[in-house]
Amino acid sequence: MKISKDRLELLKEIMALDFSLIELNLYLDTHPDDEKALMVFKQYSCKSKELKEKYENQYAPLIAANGANRDWRWIEDPWPWEIDYEMGGK
Amino acid sequence: MWIYDKKLQYPAWVEGGDLRIAKLLFAQYGGPDSELSAGIRYLTQRTTMPIPQAKAILTDIGTEEMAHWEIIGTLIYKIIEKATPKQLEEAGIGPHYIQHGKDLYPHDAAGVPWTAAYIQAIGDPITNLHENMAAEQKARTTYEHLIQSTNDRGVIETLSFLREREVVHFQRFGETLRLVQEYLDRKMYY
Repeated sequence: MKISKDRLELLKEIMALDFSLIELNLYLDTHPDDEKALMVFKQYSCKSKELKEKYENQYAPLIAANGANRDWRWIEDPWPWEIDYEMGGK
Repeated sequence: MWIYDKKLQYPAWVEGGDLRIAKLLFAQYGGPDSELSAGIRYLTQRTTMPIPQAKAILTDIGTEEMAHWEIIGTLIYKIIEKATPKQLEEAGIGPHYIQHGKDLYPHDAAGVPWTAAYIQAIGDPITNLHENMAAEQKARTTYEHLIQSTNDRGVIETLSFLREREVVHFQRFGETLRLVQEYLDRKMYY
């Protein structure tokens, strides 16, 4: 299922940021005292929050808890497996 | 508890011409070394881990495996979505279609259903972590076999991402093993 180019680009940016957060999360689990990694984690976390807010205001909620803005848009298509990501990460 | 995040961890995409690879991808959906086995294994073992780092890593990697399971499901779904029953039959997916339609039932590449017998939780953190390191290597090898078996650029790109994750998880489990070993050694001497 196609979504608009702007929406796809923003979604992919959020996906990339959240992936970086997971990668840092795992690293910090075994290196909890690495202050530099923790700092990068905080930066990415802020950026992710900011972009998600933008995405959820403009399009649809990414988690159900943020679905109470106006209408109940949580159920809206497309679901993640239905989206045409075109060239994936490119 | 868990919360569903309405996005994939990686933008899985397919060119779509290779139906045969959909059948083979079931190896990582419901096979012995699949993402499903990995997720259930780690989330089962985490309960009795002796140190916080180990409880965290098993929780977080186990959770990430469920996101990888979703990515494999997405690849299969995208490949078979528009195929006719006849095309599925010709690609070797006939038996799956007869029994499951286009649903993503957890079985391996040969149709054998998933079983908890694929995983272990033996009550010893050192032994469990060794099993997990082996599991990551087996999954990495399976991804290499899959990547060698298709020309679909989207499938190759997506599987390459997942293969990399196995390498990172192996590294993190190795560090966790060292931390648990150090903890147990300290406990023995003081």
